[in-house]
Amino acid sequence: MEGAGAANPQSINHREPSDREIFNLALVMGDNCLILGQQISQWAGHAPILEEDIAQANIALDLIGQAQYWLGLAGEIEGLKSEAAPASNVKGRSAGPRSADDLAFLREPHEFRNFRLAEIPNGDYAHTLMRQFLFDNWHFHMLQILSQTPCMPVRDIAGKALKEVTYHLQRSSDLVIGLGDGSDESHQRMQGALDHFWPYTCELCDPRWGVDLELWGLGDSAALNLKANWDAYLARVMIKATLVIPERAPLVAGLRPGTHTEHLGYILADMQLLQRAHPGASW
Amino acid sequence: MYAQMVKTEADRVKTLAEMDECERVFQERVDRGVKIEPKDWMPDGYRKTLIRQISQHAHSEIVGQLPEGNWISRAPTLQRKVILLAKVQDEAGHGLYLYGAAETLGVSRDELTAQLLSGRAKYSSIFNYPTLSWADMGAIGWLVDGAAIMNQVPLQRCSYGPYARAMIKVCKEESFHQRQGFDIMMSLCRGSAAQKAMAQDALDRWWAPSLMMFGPPDEHSVHSAQSKAWKIKINGNDELRHKFVDQTVPQAKLLGLEIPDPDLRWNEARGSYDIGQIDWEEFFQVVGGNGPCNRERLAARNKAHEDGAWFRDGLMAHADKTKARQQSQGEAA
Repeated sequence: MEGAGAANPQSINHREPSDREIFNLALVMGDNCLILGQQISQWAGHAPILEEDIAQANIALDLIGQAQYWLGLAGEIEGLKSEAAPASNVKGRSAGPRSADDLAFLREPHEFRNFRLAEIPNGDYAHTLMRQFLFDNWHFHMLQILSQTPCMPVRDIAGKALKEVTYHLQRSSDLVIGLGDGSDESHQRMQGALDHFWPYTCELCDPRWGVDLELWGLGDSAALNLKANWDAYLARVMIKATLVIPERAPLVAGLRPGTHTEHLGYILADMQLLQRAHPGASW
Repeated sequence: MYAQMVKTEADRVKTLAEMDECERVFQERVDRGVKIEPKDWMPDGYRKTLIRQISQHAHSEIVGQLPEGNWISRAPTLQRKVILLAKVQDEAGHGLYLYGAAETLGVSRDELTAQLLSGRAKYSSIFNYPTLSWADMGAIGWLVDGAAIMNQVPLQRCSYGPYARAMIKVCKEESFHQRQGFDIMMSLCRGSAAQKAMAQDALDRWWAPSLMMFGPPDEHSVHSAQSKAWKIKINGNDELRHKFVDQTVPQAKLLGLEIPDPDLRWNEARGSYDIGQIDWEEFFQVVGGNGPCNRERLAARNKAHEDGAWFRDGLMAHADKTKARQQSQGEAA
């Protein structure tokens, strides 16, 4: 790893997060894993080399597996207390707490909490790799913080996921460096990809997205640490990759949980096809 | 069968008396069941035939990612999605170690890939059929992997060590795939009328192409006789096809599905099912490039390769730069 910084949470325990806060966090984590996993799974059989077919399938498997954990937690929390988000009255869903599948396949676009970054189309392989790196850089540092929260169910999932995501970040960093500092063409493609995704990176560490780390018993500095670690790690990798971090302003307008691009509707139409077409069926 | 109609260069199988010294020693080792390893002497025909057979198998795994990859994004539950992704990943992995086994015979993966992309190399006819519904994921696992296992299990005992060992690994995963496919079919058949209809439709479309996977009857084929003498083919095509039918018909009954063959009858005397005429004209059309998806499959593989050229070149350039930097640092020190 390119010396990814360790989190340094102060152990000031503010208060236990509410069920709604856990629910929201689980959706942010789970939806990002689900949507990005869904997107990269499309490379299976189409990647530039056989080893990349295998690697993309592997990462997609990890992310969708993590989505199962996070969305499972969201449904569990929601089922425990009515304080969490109210169960939507969806045709075809059995009564009782929502399962990970209910949350994945029977929610509307505005109910998803993934970053816009995750739903931008795969584009060429440079786009896919750069999007992955920018996401992994956030995912790794976020999980590092969450794996130290006193909130046990969150800490357990984060701890498990961190092992996988440590490898994801290692891999995507190596590829960004290798291709940035590769041929003229690979350099140009990677710089183009960085410029393309840069505006969407604003969401990654912003508490306005719905996860206020200050509330997570991690001390006031956790949110600041997340952003600082994200920036520092990005800078180290981009220097080695000989890529220039854009000066272009990020897309802050309309920044609030549930902000999406037009792409999400298509991703969900594809993913949710069978559950929507056959309400209540088991598969 | 992921390798169909593999030619051997033989016009007839030589007897031991007709062989030269090297050939005779080789054949006697094969007959005794001793594995042939990469550095051992082997007849040219054996080497060439194995390269054809193993690479055809590898190509089938690679192209085989496509029809199932088509449904990963639409898998109906997260668990089904994960299982399907893992299956497609396994296929890429099988391709990787089969290319590795072929490389031990002195051919590079790049050469084999070029043969696939140019259309010169064959891959299994089955992957040229389209996947139209989710039930096709069940039917492929149940029937296609089921048929592949019929051939691959005996190949674990084939005479060439690296191929036999690759088959052991492949078979473990294939039998898992087959169970998963059957499990999908079972869920559909226990489900709504629409789901069951989807399952029947998939069986209707995949049954005949699955029977064709074993290749045309080969009891008079000199190539099959030679391959059997070399122990790189263990059973006849019809023998395996019948074994497959006998295994599968009761499974279809358990599912409550109807095998789409009006001539299917239990033959008491043979203790096996008789089946209707197979449309070999369709088979030869598909093998010859005129199947429903031949063009799409090859186009997809070519696109992946061409679009990925900058990626492969970029990483090579980086490796060269890194090496040059290390050398200049070494010299400076």
